[in-house]
Amino acid sequence: MILPLFIIIPLLSAFLIAIVSGKKDNFANGLSIISALLLLFGAIYNFITQNQEVIVYKIGNWDAPIGINLVQDSLTIFMLIIVGLISLTSLIYSRQYIRYISTNWKYYSLFMFLITGMNGVIITGDLFNLFVFMEIALLSTYALVAYGGKAEEFEASFKYAIMGIVSSTFILVGIAITYSATSTLTLAKIAEQIPHINTKIVYLVGGIFLMGFGLKAAIIPFHTWLPDAHSSAPAPISAMLSGVMIKVLGIYAIIRIFYNIFGAPEFFLNIFMILGVISILIAGFLAITQWDMKRLLAYSSISQIGYILLGLGIGSTLGILGAVFHIFNHAIFKSLLFYNAGSVEMTTGTRDLKKMGNLKKLMPVTSKTSMIASLAISGIPPFNGFFSKLIIIIAAIQSGHPILAALAVIGSIQTLAALLKVQRFGFHSENKTEVTENKTSFGMKFAMITLAFLCFAGAILIIPGIREVTLDPIVEVIKNNGEYMNMVLGR
Amino acid sequence: MILYLLCFTLLLVGLYGILTKRDLIKIILSASIMGYATNLLLILFAYRNGSIFPILRKGVETMPMVDPLPQALVLTSIVIELGTTALLVALALKLFQKYKTYDITKIRKLSG
Repeated sequence: MILPLFIIIPLLSAFLIAIVSGKKDNFANGLSIISALLLLFGAIYNFITQNQEVIVYKIGNWDAPIGINLVQDSLTIFMLIIVGLISLTSLIYSRQYIRYISTNWKYYSLFMFLITGMNGVIITGDLFNLFVFMEIALLSTYALVAYGGKAEEFEASFKYAIMGIVSSTFILVGIAITYSATSTLTLAKIAEQIPHINTKIVYLVGGIFLMGFGLKAAIIPFHTWLPDAHSSAPAPISAMLSGVMIKVLGIYAIIRIFYNIFGAPEFFLNIFMILGVISILIAGFLAITQWDMKRLLAYSSISQIGYILLGLGIGSTLGILGAVFHIFNHAIFKSLLFYNAGSVEMTTGTRDLKKMGNLKKLMPVTSKTSMIASLAISGIPPFNGFFSKLIIIIAAIQSGHPILAALAVIGSIQTLAALLKVQRFGFHSENKTEVTENKTSFGMKFAMITLAFLCFAGAILIIPGIREVTLDPIVEVIKNNGEYMNMVLGR
Repeated sequence: MILYLLCFTLLLVGLYGILTKRDLIKIILSASIMGYATNLLLILFAYRNGSIFPILRKGVETMPMVDPLPQALVLTSIVIELGTTALLVALALKLFQKYKTYDITKIRKLSG
């Protein structure tokens, strides 16, 4: 599938939904599921046919410094597949869940704008274009977080919007300084110019970008908006935000800017490592203290982002492999956990763990899939989370940071404790709830079972032989940072 | 240099407002000020001393021109800010309907 289609399909369906749908959301849901399917299959098709080449699509056939480039390499396809997968399951899940809030096409239209923004950030090869697509994604999430229309949701959305504006402003300042130093906005051209400019400017711009994209990725100390926004949003949106959004706008942009453009300066890698470990420990601890199920999961997201950042910061091949694998794994099991939380909330009407009771009998699918996801996220073999965490920890030891490795193991135990709390109080407690009817429908169960299956199946990505075609090219893209520039500029 | 510093000060004024003000509307205004500072910075980077507007005309000899690209960026950024500000104002109105106040110290249902 040619690259602009990844932007055109969701954008077109967003407008079609707005024009054609009447009062009911049947058409809107159907169309959005079809376009999400198209995006997923398009991404998989590109993965099969790519042969590890970099494909550059020149919009309007203008060359790199004048026109805007769309770039496709292994990392791009990997992120596109994650976005497609999670948005597809999320839309299938939404079909019933969102009717429980309202039957309105606006939800699906905003959802499609969210996908447009994220796909745009992923495939663009231009710094300012990245900013514009980021704003499209952010604007629709501000609205989607407040979709439920309760007081807390507006509060969370306002907080999120203000934080988003501050971070976007800093990113724009960073872009302005980059432009004034290098006289170009194409990512590859900037990478070409970076060795020739003053290192002080690189550090200044890097600091500003770290703050801006760190806020989007919710790395501690920039995390304060995340628990509010992710726990107040409707469950499928929480899954999109926690599973995909913080990775695309935060981690992916950090990878592109700090690795592919700046060439991974040692100074920033050390900062990543330290921030990663701080995020793992503090957020892991805060997660244990929560009683609101979705809030607990949101804090656990910050802690998992810490693992990804730690892996990236180590900077060795093994560390980056672990980080990339963890991006995929976390998208799957965190979305699954949010779906579980959503179906529990729909059935019992509460998110408070103390008020939940013996849901094991009432909701067998939800209970079992959440058990699988909890085990996967805490790193119990044979689930996928175990392998990625193990790789990151081994990489930390190999690169001579045994203390960081020990702290990462402690963080894993914290995650286990927090998720066991969900299992113990949410699904297996002696409390009897008065609810007798399980409202989970087929679509919701289908989404949950698909992701639970992927928690098992995801582990095969790491088997040698499969790894060489799936994960290793991505690591190659991140590690060989000069390669990106040469490939895009066609040398 | 002094212009850049003043521009940076404007950015900090906006940030200070966001961090310290308690009124929702004042926070939105501070966010706008931050946006203006950024736009000003972009325009400043584009400015060349003693140059003309960047339009090529027939019969007029070429002179040094200001950089047109940041001006295009500023237009885009203004549009984005307009959208965000409109959304923020809508959210503030909704918050007022729910809480009957614009004071953020009284809007505290979320905690932890």
